[in-house]
Amino acid sequence: MTTTDDQTAPGIIKIEQLTTHYGERQILDELNLEVNRGEVLVIMGGSGSGKSTLLRTMLGLNKATSGSVDIMGIDVVNANRKQLYQLRRNIGVAFQGGALFGSMSLIENVQLPLREHTNLDENTIRIMSRLKLDMMNLSGFDDLMPSELSGGMIKRAALARAVVMDPKLLFFDEPSAGLDPVVAAELDEYILELKQAMDMTIVVVTHELESAFRIADRITILDKGKMVITGTVDEVKQSQDQHVQNLLNRRAARDPISPDEYLDLLTRTKASRPIPGRIHD
Amino acid sequence: MINMISRLGQSVIYNCEQAGYLTLFLLRALGRMFSWPIKLGPIIKQLHFIGAKSTFVIVTASLTIGLVLGLQLYYELNKFGAVDRLGTVVALSMIREMGPVVTALMVIGRAGSAMCAEVGIMRTDEQLDALECMAIDPYRFLMVPKFWATIISLPLLVAISDVVGILGGYVAGVWIFDVPSGAYFYGMYSSVDWVDINMGLVKSFVFGLIIVWISTGKGFLLHLDREGSYGAEGVSRITTQAVVLASISVLVADYLISAFMI
Repeated sequence: MTTTDDQTAPGIIKIEQLTTHYGERQILDELNLEVNRGEVLVIMGGSGSGKSTLLRTMLGLNKATSGSVDIMGIDVVNANRKQLYQLRRNIGVAFQGGALFGSMSLIENVQLPLREHTNLDENTIRIMSRLKLDMMNLSGFDDLMPSELSGGMIKRAALARAVVMDPKLLFFDEPSAGLDPVVAAELDEYILELKQAMDMTIVVVTHELESAFRIADRITILDKGKMVITGTVDEVKQSQDQHVQNLLNRRAARDPISPDEYLDLLTRTKASRPIPGRIHD
Repeated sequence: MINMISRLGQSVIYNCEQAGYLTLFLLRALGRMFSWPIKLGPIIKQLHFIGAKSTFVIVTASLTIGLVLGLQLYYELNKFGAVDRLGTVVALSMIREMGPVVTALMVIGRAGSAMCAEVGIMRTDEQLDALECMAIDPYRFLMVPKFWATIISLPLLVAISDVVGILGGYVAGVWIFDVPSGAYFYGMYSSVDWVDINMGLVKSFVFGLIIVWISTGKGFLLHLDREGSYGAEGVSRITTQAVVLASISVLVADYLISAFMI
């Protein structure tokens, strides 16, 4: 494990007192977090811990109630559309499901950011996109459509598209979700390679322990919208905190419930729906 | 009772909110329609899907409606000995009303539902978020080609529908009932005015805008739906909503435009 927790390196992301709500439900609760240049930070937490919300808020996709998210000098929370788009040109994002466009072939998907943002000629675009595809071990699959790709290939393709513009900062949502352990480990290798070869800062959201331990310089654990711990892999492993231990030992965390409440839970006729609408963990 | 009032209130607030979001969506899309550069490639691709591929259904529907109009009107006109007016009546019905409305309803069923489902799936699949994160404006990239293509297609499809409908009337009147061919066309020539053609044209533009606005807007705003936006169920629900809302809006707009332009 390499530690790049260099105190002199300026933070590429600074999150201060970040609070978000979904409807009336509070998701993130005065969260503070700093990501250093050149490190791999893994954000962990169970379902409903707010880790996806944190990611979406960092990307400017979700609005924050209060606080600030400073990425490369731009406050994402209060930025206008133009500033956000300027910032996003230096950011790569690989989504959980890949989010490839079904009407475009693999290589067209990867080329899309180049075509939209640069005036490069056709040959250069082809070479640059093939370089990235080759890096992700996808050479020779140029003309396949997303529907013809396997789960692992889709994730790799999404990663290739995310880094085709050589961003300084890469976000990866659940790299190993839905993959078998071998393919997941392969994907971790690619993440480490990107960090070393291209000097990227990488923020990964995941709930997979093995993956997190393999790639992380530092790990942040969230629980119910609060940060439980941020530290190196060893620091996290040695933490005595109950939430951390639950996560590490894969124990289900349950809030204590009184016998009366439990009886009510079992016997009430209609399940209460606290909040309508979609649920984002 | 209070529960009922509260539910009613919630529903009113929700619907106003949705209407607001849909209006904002329309304004943003319209704003970007005229911002340079306009890429022709994606517009042509959408023209093919929305326009060219709809031709067959529209020809079939219009032919049938022309035949039925010819058939029904012949019996009525025959009572007054005015069968030589058949061409006029069929042409006016087609150009003013049936052509635009039938075309609009067919395009909603064929292309509107597809557009809504496509955009809705892009929303649940995070593809719209991915576009945002690649600093690509989803309105400009996805909506503008669909808006241009629908607004260009509709008047052309309506023109085809009018012609085919009139030919349908001709088949029923002249071939089946022996109305004189000359009378069929002469009546049309002397009584169809530019005002009528203009009315059809205005209608087809407005209908095109309504169709593309509601279909893509509903899909785009799927994540704000009250019932949730999860997966296939969410997409099927908003597609149904979009088809119903677009069809009713087209019919209401049809009445309003007729009332103003007559």
